[in-house]
Amino acid sequence: MTQRFDPDPKSAALLEVTDLVRHYTLPRERLFGPPPMVKALNGVSFSVRPGRSLGIVGESGSGKSTIARLVMALDRPTSGSVKLLGRDLHALPKDQLRAARRDVQMVFQDPYGSLDPRQTVARIVAEPLEALAETSRAEQREAAGDSLAAVGLRATDLNKYPHEFSGGQRQRIAIARALITRPKLIVADEPVSALDVSVQAQVLNLMQDLQQQFGISYLLISHDLAVVNHLCDEVCVLHRGLVVERGAPQQLFAHAQHPYTQALLAAVPRPEPLTCA
Amino acid sequence: MSLLEVNDLHVQLQTQRGPAEAVRGIGFTLERGETLGIVGESGCGKSITVQSLMGLLPSSAKLSGSIRFDGKELVGLPEREMCKLRGDRIGMIFQEPMTALNPVHTIARQVGEPLRLHRGLSSADARKEALALLERVGIPDAASRLDAYPHQFSGGQRQRIGIAMALACGPDLLIADEPTTALDVTIQKQILELIRGLVAERGMALILISHDLGVIAESVSKMLVMYGGSVVESGPTAAVFAERAHPYTQGLFAARPALGAPRGLKLATIRGSVPELVDLPAGCPFAGRCRFTVDACQATRPPPVLLPHDHRVRCIRLDEIAAEGVIA
Repeated sequence: MTQRFDPDPKSAALLEVTDLVRHYTLPRERLFGPPPMVKALNGVSFSVRPGRSLGIVGESGSGKSTIARLVMALDRPTSGSVKLLGRDLHALPKDQLRAARRDVQMVFQDPYGSLDPRQTVARIVAEPLEALAETSRAEQREAAGDSLAAVGLRATDLNKYPHEFSGGQRQRIAIARALITRPKLIVADEPVSALDVSVQAQVLNLMQDLQQQFGISYLLISHDLAVVNHLCDEVCVLHRGLVVERGAPQQLFAHAQHPYTQALLAAVPRPEPLTCA
Repeated sequence: MSLLEVNDLHVQLQTQRGPAEAVRGIGFTLERGETLGIVGESGCGKSITVQSLMGLLPSSAKLSGSIRFDGKELVGLPEREMCKLRGDRIGMIFQEPMTALNPVHTIARQVGEPLRLHRGLSSADARKEALALLERVGIPDAASRLDAYPHQFSGGQRQRIGIAMALACGPDLLIADEPTTALDVTIQKQILELIRGLVAERGMALILISHDLGVIAESVSKMLVMYGGSVVESGPTAAVFAERAHPYTQGLFAARPALGAPRGLKLATIRGSVPELVDLPAGCPFAGRCRFTVDACQATRPPPVLLPHDHRVRCIRLDEIAAEGVIA
């Protein structure tokens, strides 16, 4: 495999996020008053080593999805840096950023909203390759077939449209699209929260298999502690734009120190009945 | 007499691929003050079941069987009569609090609406009642927020407003269809506590629909597990959770990732996928996906087998399953 850019020898991390701050300015409420600000992230740092996975848990408004957007370079931070393989994504020129994007792909929450209903599965899955503009149509189609096979779909599915698939299958298509550039990191923002329990199990197992097979790292964003526990080596608990606690999931969930983590854990409904009828 | 008696309820929906039986012969009873949970995955018929109780099915749907609410037959009841029950004797809380509230009306008006309609209260009296209700469901500083619109509230507060609306006329039966699915866990906990508290305080019966076994475990005394339009297992929550007799129930429990489980474990999956309603087999709906399937499963619908504690399971292979000692 060709080295696409030189990793910084000092940093062994695949992804290095340092002091990430993102404040959003809202429209002015009064003509001469200062515009209100939303402080989505207030200095978040973490790193992901190759082949390891990091989970980010927190509630709505804690800044989880802002992290995903910044790591994907879909938005610019107010300050701080996102380094992928030693390169600061937000300092790269456009053309190099486009090339760097092959190493990081994303899987979205809603498998109904994230696939274009008017495109065939072949086009949807091959789109990242088309954006890189290095391969011919025929090669793209072949790669799309391979990618579908990796997620347990058939090559005959290439000519179908998204509406012909169930929610779980659509999420597999979205994962196939993320896999096609052979990324080192997949950012998954609530990848299973729109799925039923039994389908969720299938998709989580698939993500686990792909991790072993291709050595992919996940940056998994979820409100579901059990899902993070299942897939990640490390977890960061995010609250109001700050990481309040981090550690290995089993350790963290068994001995939570921060009151917010404790409250989050206490709120999870347990599947054991409290009262006997 | 039970508050609610459902017997051999069938619902046929018209789909693009022809008629589909979304609910196939389910039955249960609910006493006053009793709490019932319905658990199952998308398309199992749990929402259709409660929509038929509320008379909210599409007009093309065909309903047969019997739903007796406080002695009154609801199947075939004219819409005019159904309107009198809905929002008065039967209250409903919906999944998505933003779409369940009307964005162009103030919350006082919406919460007071059932009182004006069913109780004939004046606007001023309905407003007073609405304030009491909003205070009861925990809207902070409710008096000054009566004239606010739904978009000015957070998701959890909107769900509280939805609960206040459902409670307005003091219903005998409260139906909550996935009331916390759109909410964060800490908010979910508060809303479930509110619903449990209100049910106990007012002696209402509760039907709670959820896909989350944890929510069911903490909130209801008896439960139905639905699959493919049928109730495959039913009984007291404690008994169902302890025995997990039906292979589908076992699959559902095993598929959940557990908090604190060691890493690297594979989740148990149910093989295959949920069949479309049109394609459901004639016999047991779970036949084919179940590893205990034999020819007899495909042929006829299994009759309910009664286990201790009024625990019923529709499966003809219970002895074989028990012999393997599978508790997922």
